[in-house]
Amino acid sequence: MSRTFVGMPAFPRNATRAVQNSQLRYNLRKATHTIRGKRAAVVGELPDWAELRAAGKAIKDHTLRNLDTYLLQLEEAVTRAGGHVHWAADAAEANRIVTDLVRATGETSVVKVKSMATQEIGLNEHLAARGITAYETDLAELIVQLGDDLPSHILVPAIHRNRAEIREIFLSKMAEWGRPAPERLTDEPRALAEAARLHLRERFLSTKVAISGANFMIAETGTLVVLESEGNGRMCLTLPETLISVVGIEKLLPTWRDLEVFLQLLPRSSTGERMNPYTSMWTGAVDGQEFHLVLLDNGRTRVLADEVGRQALRCIRCSACLNVCPVYERAGGHAYGSVYPGPIGAILTPQLRGLGSELDRSLPYASSLCGACFDACPVAIDIPEVLVHLRAKARHARAERAGMRAAGWVFDRPERLARAQRLGSRFRRLVPRRLPGPLAAWTDTRDLPDIPATSFRDWWDKTDGGRR
Amino acid sequence: MTSPMIPPTRSSRDLILARVRAAVRGAPEVEIPRGYRTAAPGTDLVSLLAERLDDYRAQVHVVPEAEVPGAVAAALDRRGAARLVVPGGLPEEWRRAAAAGREIVRDDPPLRADELDRVDGVLTACAVAVAETGTIVLDSGPGQGRRALTLVPDYHLCVVRAAQIVAIVPEAVARLDPAAPQTWIAGPSATSDIELNRVEGVHGPRTLEVIIAS
Amino acid sequence: MNHPEFCERGLAVRVALFITCVNDTLFPGTGRAVVSLLRRLGCEVEFPAAQTCCGQMHVNTGYQAEGVKLARHFGEVFAGYDAVVAPSGSCASMVREQYPRLARAAGVTLTVPKVYDLSEFLVDVLEVTDVGAYFPHRVTYHPTCHSLRGLRVGDKPTKLLEQVRGLELVPLPAADECCGFGGTFAVKNPAISSAMCADKVRNVMDTGAEVLCAADNSCLMHIGGTLKRQRTGVRVMHLAEILARTEADK
Ligand code: SF4
Repeated sequence: MSRTFVGMPAFPRNATRAVQNSQLRYNLRKATHTIRGKRAAVVGELPDWAELRAAGKAIKDHTLRNLDTYLLQLEEAVTRAGGHVHWAADAAEANRIVTDLVRATGETSVVKVKSMATQEIGLNEHLAARGITAYETDLAELIVQLGDDLPSHILVPAIHRNRAEIREIFLSKMAEWGRPAPERLTDEPRALAEAARLHLRERFLSTKVAISGANFMIAETGTLVVLESEGNGRMCLTLPETLISVVGIEKLLPTWRDLEVFLQLLPRSSTGERMNPYTSMWTGAVDGQEFHLVLLDNGRTRVLADEVGRQALRCIRCSACLNVCPVYERAGGHAYGSVYPGPIGAILTPQLRGLGSELDRSLPYASSLCGACFDACPVAIDIPEVLVHLRAKARHARAERAGMRAAGWVFDRPERLARAQRLGSRFRRLVPRRLPGPLAAWTDTRDLPDIPATSFRDWWDKTDGGRR
Repeated sequence: MTSPMIPPTRSSRDLILARVRAAVRGAPEVEIPRGYRTAAPGTDLVSLLAERLDDYRAQVHVVPEAEVPGAVAAALDRRGAARLVVPGGLPEEWRRAAAAGREIVRDDPPLRADELDRVDGVLTACAVAVAETGTIVLDSGPGQGRRALTLVPDYHLCVVRAAQIVAIVPEAVARLDPAAPQTWIAGPSATSDIELNRVEGVHGPRTLEVIIAS
Repeated sequence: MNHPEFCERGLAVRVALFITCVNDTLFPGTGRAVVSLLRRLGCEVEFPAAQTCCGQMHVNTGYQAEGVKLARHFGEVFAGYDAVVAPSGSCASMVREQYPRLARAAGVTLTVPKVYDLSEFLVDVLEVTDVGAYFPHRVTYHPTCHSLRGLRVGDKPTKLLEQVRGLELVPLPAADECCGFGGTFAVKNPAISSAMCADKVRNVMDTGAEVLCAADNSCLMHIGGTLKRQRTGVRVMHLAEILARTEADK
């Protein structure tokens, strides 16, 4: 993956381009609507979903409140079980640690399990620049990597591609990376999955180093947990001689028992299954493997310091919020300019990266605040609340600031509002059908309402509330 | 993004811990409400497990305990598996049923991945099964082998005893020892990466067959 | 006309009308409809003249300081009333749901008056679903996000509509999806907003309804503006305006 999100324009511009791409919109709509229905069905099946959600939220909040204690407990448990723990304050440090660990093995290639954390830090690009090839093994990540593309969804990074496009990518690109695609490859999902199986099998059996993330880490026991579907995760986690897991510090759970909550919340919210096909759990170095855990901060402690914003760290990356989001469905993942797209991206990216760029400042506005994400979130992250909170922190354009200040001045006193209304009524015939400036955005597709001759308050005054 | 408050000479470990402590200072403690189910008595465990495994395209047979060897032999015959890997600690009658007319490969000393790739299948027991979610848990205990054993071969035949089935996830978590490496399996390998439609069979065993001894 | 159930309970409820700045300025007809409906049901309606705006636009666009100022003003104006009725789901939810958050985020204390959306007030407080309305038309109902997921009014509005004589209520496909208005979202992200509205309009057209009803004129201004631009002939009406109609209006 040589393309990056760096330097992308602001969300509205990206979204406008995406919305005009009818193939993309069709793909996204089909995929998100499929998964929405499945999720709703398996969530509806559980009589205690609300209780699980409340517990999940509280466990995460409790962990974050005591993160220092639990990190130390985790470190001790992993070390006791024969693993090595490394601490990375930022992306550069994490990349350096991983590169050194791979170099120490003498290998020049690694297999990878899909991991948001390693995408966030740009690990593949970093390794590539140092002569180490990272092979993505998750089917969707493979599609993205072969297509020299960018991920557009947390769970299904190639959600923007349909079967015909995937077939094209496999046929034209697989040979560059290893075993070519079968010549008579069809666009049947089964055939495409089989092509991926064949392409990667030899690599799994022979590669000596694997890099993964993790869905959960258990402080009490030092156990790491990876949920997946295809078995590529199991391949990477069990077969290579060295395993390096790069995990964000917020992925902790205090106790083994806490898994009873999250192993119910995550699969149902994410793939809409009662349970995902495979879950791997391991504690330290097992089955003769060498194990390294890299704990990643990279802005997380800054998010933690924000009283309202820190709830974003509860996120378990299920992607339910993306799948129900009407904005994501139409804008697609790339518009968010980050590995974290959709509603969670709109609150996480500007917090992790700061509000420095135009793109990052535009993300908190990439929502109509409809609240569908909050309802779907298994750990009850109040995404609209955080969006509004971040909007208050972002710098505003000067013209807008002036307009809002003027509106505030008018609303400050009822007499001012009444005077403004009368003024509007007097000139109501003069309002053009198409407005100038930024308000043209309204009249491009929508008519304006007629301005009434009398405001409600004047009517009430004149008629004593209709009694005269 | 080093915080100016903390001298850069400190290790990243100390730096991160200091940042965490500064960030949560004064934050309120949080009670964890555990009002969710921790057991689900009254569930017909065998039939629910069978139904849920079937939902995710595993092949399922429910037989009386005494007929397990026969069911094992029949399944392997149908599959046409001639070379089978069998972990240590499997009940002798099951192992014998599997061995009749077939080559049994042992994982002692541990087989290389490419050797595992050349067997036709693997026969195992399990540690726990969860009826509600159609999940089988292997914890590397007796009759289960290390994790690679049930991963590389394309066919996995697993025998679940009725007493090993629990109704819901919390009961399974309570029964398991975190120190043991585990694989939780719900149906054969699958992907939803193409248009979010589920397709069975990618890297893990493409066929999962389960015999439930009732 | 007094509603029988209501008379039996012998109540005379004093309510303050929070008209909302949008209705006050652009949709006074909705306000008049609320007044006549509530009076018909035996309420004494007051209009505190000092009211202006709840601060929703400012807060949701990121102008917290202005928002706090307006929220304070709102608290002062409405603090003394047992019940405040607002013909807008999003403004009612602004006060009830967002004031506490705003207070937390800005580190201030805010009075949160007891504000009801119209359908909540009718169904929960007055305990009526049949308000004696007559409206012989084919109507579809858009529940609006803040009524649905903020206030959680559930099926209260449709229960009210079902009791309107002559009215044929047709279900709106994908009703719970946002129309794409979102306040300043409509101008900050016009392409997505319009695309969302286009889908909403398509669903409205599929119902064959003559009238699209909702309990929020902001959303209706957005959907209605598109319906009008596309010359669909479908009218939009606030819930209050339908519930206020009686056979006398024929
Ligand atoms: S914010 Fe919630 S819904 Fe969205 S990915 Fe994270 S956990 Fe899932």
